[in-house]
Amino acid sequence: MPRFNRNRFVVAVSFVFSLFSAHSVHAEEVVVYSARIEQLIKPMFDAFTKETGIKVRYTTDNEGALIARLEAEGKNTPADMLITADAGNLWAAARAGLLKPVKSDVLDNNIPVHLRDPGNEWFGLSIRARTLIYNTKRVDSSELSTYEDLADPKWRKRLCLRTSKKVYNQSLVAMLIAEHGEAEAEKIVRGWVANLATDPLSDDTRALEFVAAGKCDVTLVNTYYFGRLMQKDPSLPLAVFWPNQNNSGVHVNISGAGITRYSRNEQAAIQLLEFLSSDKAQNLFADVNMEYPANPRIKVDPFVAAWGSFKQNPMNLVKAGELQTTAVKLMDRAGYR
Amino acid sequence: MTIWRLVPFITAALVLAPVGVVVSSFFAPASDIWQHLFETTLPLLLINTLWLALGVIVGTALLGISLAWFTAVYEFPGRRFFSWALLLPLAIPAYVTAFVALGLFDFTGPIQTTLRTWLDNDLSWFPDIRSRAGVIIVMTLAFYPYVYLLARNAFLSQGKRSLEVAQSLGFNRKQGFFKVVLPMARPWIAGGIMLVLMETLADFGTVAVFNYNTFTTAIYKVWFSMFSLHAASQLASLLIVIVFVVIVLEQQFRSRMRYAENKRTERAQRIQLTGWHNWLVTGFVLCVLFLAFLLPVTQLCFWAIQSFTPDYDVTRYLEFLWHSLSLSGLAALLICLVVITIVYASRRYPGSVMRYAVRTATIGYALPGTVLAIGVYVPLTWLDGQLSELALRWFQIETGQLIQGTLITMLIAYLIRFMAVSHYPIDGAMQRITHSIDEAALSLGLSGWAMIREVHVPILKSGIFTAATLVFVDVMKEMPITLMTRPFGWDTLAVRIFEMTSEGQWEQAALPAVTLVLAGLIPIFLFMRQTEK
Repeated sequence: MPRFNRNRFVVAVSFVFSLFSAHSVHAEEVVVYSARIEQLIKPMFDAFTKETGIKVRYTTDNEGALIARLEAEGKNTPADMLITADAGNLWAAARAGLLKPVKSDVLDNNIPVHLRDPGNEWFGLSIRARTLIYNTKRVDSSELSTYEDLADPKWRKRLCLRTSKKVYNQSLVAMLIAEHGEAEAEKIVRGWVANLATDPLSDDTRALEFVAAGKCDVTLVNTYYFGRLMQKDPSLPLAVFWPNQNNSGVHVNISGAGITRYSRNEQAAIQLLEFLSSDKAQNLFADVNMEYPANPRIKVDPFVAAWGSFKQNPMNLVKAGELQTTAVKLMDRAGYR
Repeated sequence: MTIWRLVPFITAALVLAPVGVVVSSFFAPASDIWQHLFETTLPLLLINTLWLALGVIVGTALLGISLAWFTAVYEFPGRRFFSWALLLPLAIPAYVTAFVALGLFDFTGPIQTTLRTWLDNDLSWFPDIRSRAGVIIVMTLAFYPYVYLLARNAFLSQGKRSLEVAQSLGFNRKQGFFKVVLPMARPWIAGGIMLVLMETLADFGTVAVFNYNTFTTAIYKVWFSMFSLHAASQLASLLIVIVFVVIVLEQQFRSRMRYAENKRTERAQRIQLTGWHNWLVTGFVLCVLFLAFLLPVTQLCFWAIQSFTPDYDVTRYLEFLWHSLSLSGLAALLICLVVITIVYASRRYPGSVMRYAVRTATIGYALPGTVLAIGVYVPLTWLDGQLSELALRWFQIETGQLIQGTLITMLIAYLIRFMAVSHYPIDGAMQRITHSIDEAALSLGLSGWAMIREVHVPILKSGIFTAATLVFVDVMKEMPITLMTRPFGWDTLAVRIFEMTSEGQWEQAALPAVTLVLAGLIPIFLFMRQTEK
């Protein structure tokens, strides 16, 4: 029999405990589930910790997985806040009863009405404008007008689109349904599909590259993808066009957040949410990813400002969630892959 | 010792817990979504999935078997180097091969761009890589090592000798291969192909890069875009049923065969290839290695250098690397131990119930990652809830989460997912230990642990190393389970790749991808040192 070794025993026990060291409830700490990737959210968390001393712990994953996780964890969830990169998923989380309403004058004051939930369960923090980008060598900007116009036969074999599986396109189509009704929206989407120059692409950057290479003339992307690409290669023959300026306005989505229903650190979490809507954090949102701040009083990044200002679609984004399933079905029917 | 008998059943139950979660949704109402699918995308999805599965199976079988045969039996220039180098593609995740292939061969890639300027032509004749054939080729290049590895194992241990027997019976070399060697290697090859099939059915990353719609993309779409986890689970249960049927068929087919062979051959004399045969084989092998490994890695390195900036957080990167390595190592150890126990138990207590319990334990590999992850998560959170309730009631302590958010959750999830990967090689090796070997050992006075140590371990060793290598590399590449179950701060290289690619920043993903590939080479090198000695 080997002699009982006390040190070894202590090490073994503490190792076992370290395996179990899941989540100790800390008073001054906020736990965040974020679908916004680390590079685009950590700077804001760091600024918050610096200002308040409250630690932020976070984990990233895609929206659907995080929502399913919150649902499975129920009231034992460690999460205090859910951050997503679109409105539809926040709407879904709210509908599943995973978020709780927040009454805050700071948020009401900083975030415009159409970018937050009417029930105050989620709030937009940055704006992602989905606009038209065209090849300046092949298109005269006077040819362009609206999203709806891209269904016109004059764009035959000239359009590139990202896959309909991406939520940004689903939200856009949902907003078209809200505006025109389902039948009319389906006609528009069918028109887009008929005008495609190539099968739908897997992401916005690809779509931009295809336009730049001349495979197609125009595409629909979020502006920050365009910004990133242009920063890397300013010589690309691409330019922004703001559609629907004489009617509904540019379709915008949000990256936003809500407080979880079973949050254990609600006060600190609300403090973080308010901080994210404040001038300092809003400036960071504009800087780290060339997005538009949700707070209209904050100036955009100068590089972004050069693309010009635009009128946004003022319809409440809750529609993007409500009509998302309808939009997905519509796109399936229209053969938009 | 009877507790052994229970191990396969316990592990099968463990696997069935998440499967049960998935299947339990079967009676939940989601008829509107089903109707929608029937009317719109489902027929095409099924055709797409079928073609993909068939194409990848045929492709990997052809590549894997031929490469294994060449390197196991023939001697040709570079044979020694190729025999391990051909495993290298294992270290590259299929989604990485996919985005590199697209980056190179698509309309905007350097190849088409250069050709367009040279030829001043719109290149409409150039084959579109974003097509069914494109996905099949990429997946074949990514997955053939599974078949190669297992087939090679079989050929090395019996190939040359059975060929000699066949020739002594008057067959020529070709007949001998098809009539004797190949049928004898069937369980190993079938195992490799099963792994490929399951991996193909469960794949999401690769098909997403190609925007190729399959059954799995439909599962994710229904779940994430139509907010119906129920309908998604119902689709996933269908997938489980299909795989289960394949497993049963394969089991039936296999149980009619008995393998009386054999101990590992002493270094057999290889057949020396001569003349143009020589160069044809070398050229073919080199071509596969180039397309499946050298080309993607070169492109990745190129991107990695481009995206590297001096203010790079190197310590952070080392942390990702350490997390990837330690998780894969722990998982490989755990999974191999469990599988060895299962395989022993089923050998000790044969019978069809046992056999099905064992095979059921491997089904986790066929489920799309995120579906499996949530399937693991649901019962664990339930258990956690019960435990913390008990702790509160009995000891008045607020425990918070006990199991979730720990490495234990992760390891259990990996175990459920990757049991198949280590089952096939270890089971294959175990079949070589015949009862006559045991009897011989007993007659020499070896029994119990001594027999295992002196007789079994040497025979099982190569199978176990194969299994450990496969699991290690697979865990490192794994994304959805890692994302959902990792403890706070336990970001790995795969997590990093996810974050970059989810924003379409493929070039930025290159650095973690290259690191992941390099880290994956470690076990492959170790493995080859063990088996090539």
